[in-house]
Amino acid sequence: MLLTPEDIVSIGMSMKVALTATALSLPFGFAVAWLIVFKPFKGKVLLEVFVNLPLTLPPVVIGYFLLLTLGKNGWIGHLLAASGIRIIFSWKAAVIASATVGFPLLVRSIRLGMESIDQQLIEASRSLGAHWYDTLLTIILPLSLRGILAGSSLMFARSLGEFGATIIVAGNIPGVTQTIPLAIYDYASSPSSTAMALSLCMVSVIISVVVLFLHELLSRKLHRGRA
Amino acid sequence: MMMLHIDIEKKLGNFSLQVKTDIAGERTGIFGESGSGKSTLVHLISGLIEPDKGEIMLDGEYLFSSRKKINMAAERRRIAIVFQQAMLFPHMDVKANLMYGYKRCRPENRLIKAEALVDLLQLQPLLGRGVENLSGGEKQRVALGRAVLANPRLLLMDEPLSALDDALRFQIIPYLRSVGEKFGIPYLFISHSLTEMQLMTDHILEIKNGRSLDGTTPEQLARKRMAQSPNGYLNLLRLSSPRHEHGLLAYQWGKNSLLVSAGEPAEESLFELSSREIILFKKHPEAISARNLLECTVTEMFESDSRIGIVLSVNGEKLVAEIVRSASEELNITPGSTLFAAIKASSFRVLA
Repeated sequence: MLLTPEDIVSIGMSMKVALTATALSLPFGFAVAWLIVFKPFKGKVLLEVFVNLPLTLPPVVIGYFLLLTLGKNGWIGHLLAASGIRIIFSWKAAVIASATVGFPLLVRSIRLGMESIDQQLIEASRSLGAHWYDTLLTIILPLSLRGILAGSSLMFARSLGEFGATIIVAGNIPGVTQTIPLAIYDYASSPSSTAMALSLCMVSVIISVVVLFLHELLSRKLHRGRA
Repeated sequence: MMMLHIDIEKKLGNFSLQVKTDIAGERTGIFGESGSGKSTLVHLISGLIEPDKGEIMLDGEYLFSSRKKINMAAERRRIAIVFQQAMLFPHMDVKANLMYGYKRCRPENRLIKAEALVDLLQLQPLLGRGVENLSGGEKQRVALGRAVLANPRLLLMDEPLSALDDALRFQIIPYLRSVGEKFGIPYLFISHSLTEMQLMTDHILEIKNGRSLDGTTPEQLARKRMAQSPNGYLNLLRLSSPRHEHGLLAYQWGKNSLLVSAGEPAEESLFELSSREIILFKKHPEAISARNLLECTVTEMFESDSRIGIVLSVNGEKLVAEIVRSASEELNITPGSTLFAAIKASSFRVLA
């Protein structure tokens, strides 16, 4: 396998972006799933549509919206620029792009996990004196662990593959924002680099297989732990 | 004494529940067919759903009042529930399940201690085990223990025996009863089984189609339902000291002896005997095939539709037999009459 030092940096960048995006999204994904599953409120359908929107929109469209909000003249970018923070064309932008695109997958899995919890377990916990946050931490969180795990690995894998939104909002700057898909894109544009592109493709396959394996192993262990 | 005042309305889709009652006493039953609204009432009392209007008051304290805009959160009401399915937390072992409510109970309210309860419910061997591989009866015992250790002011038992098979049901009943007897926790026992009501409660609130009827007792309810029920009035007999006799078991029943075809080796067993299995004679029949012939005195008579219930005293033990009106006239039965009751040895059904 042929890997240049730049390729190694891109692999590292991909891992860093995917991990950060997943870790940052987890608490929000958990909270949104909890709202959707357990809290009756008006406009729930709207929230669901909004959360699922990135699943159906082309990633390029998401990237463009993010560019508009986070760019120098965007309403968030404007505020951040005032405090000296620049997001666009940095690895942080790649994180935000990945987080946005992968979020619906995360919420979906956690939601499935939460929906499988018997409502009476929650009623039991409340009638035994547990406040809502206590029930959330001691019953809902541990019992939706499989969903959280599944969602995290899905989201991590999706982040590794993120291309469309990332290239628009973070660019394709080697060593700064270039992740594996972006590097492959570079190689693919020049006919002499087929071997290099294939090597990175192999790395992608290996990482994905490892993630899926870990996911299977962990969820089996969790299942055994409960039985 | 526990005092619960309920005057509430709740609409759920096409179903509406309207309950107005005052419950006083430690062992009260809520009786009704499935779909009558019993479970909804449990949810309303415990605070898991909110009534549309009205008020609920426990021992002088408002749990809910639409007029005063009070709705105490379920977790603050100190009303524990034992569900039909044990609903143990699957990610915790037996001990963690038992202690869940206890840990969340204020220290000054922790009157019932874990050790005493574990002894009473015989949970010691289960403590370290996971909850998934417990048997149905064990699960329900742990669920009961968990609810009791939360040191509630009131315990709601929502059909806690319905998911268990017959033999197990009657093994669990003494545990359920002991909670009230040993720890003094008042309970509402919800069920559609009259036998369970007779064993568990002193007073009954009957719910029919979402409406509460007048308060009654298990005895009154059993008498009222005698004619409609396929088994008539079920006599519950505690028989003791079995001896083998000609292939049958001879039990002591107060001062009487009863021959029963199938029983348990236990020193004392609970048997069920339908009022329809008892044949009454005016005079001593010389020879009959039924193995039990008891001389008894009529103490009381009651009507249930076209049927007449005859309450008999057999050397001080109570037995209810059932006959049609014409038979009653023919035999000229009145309170004080002496009769002979014939019961086949195979008519007794062992419960526990």
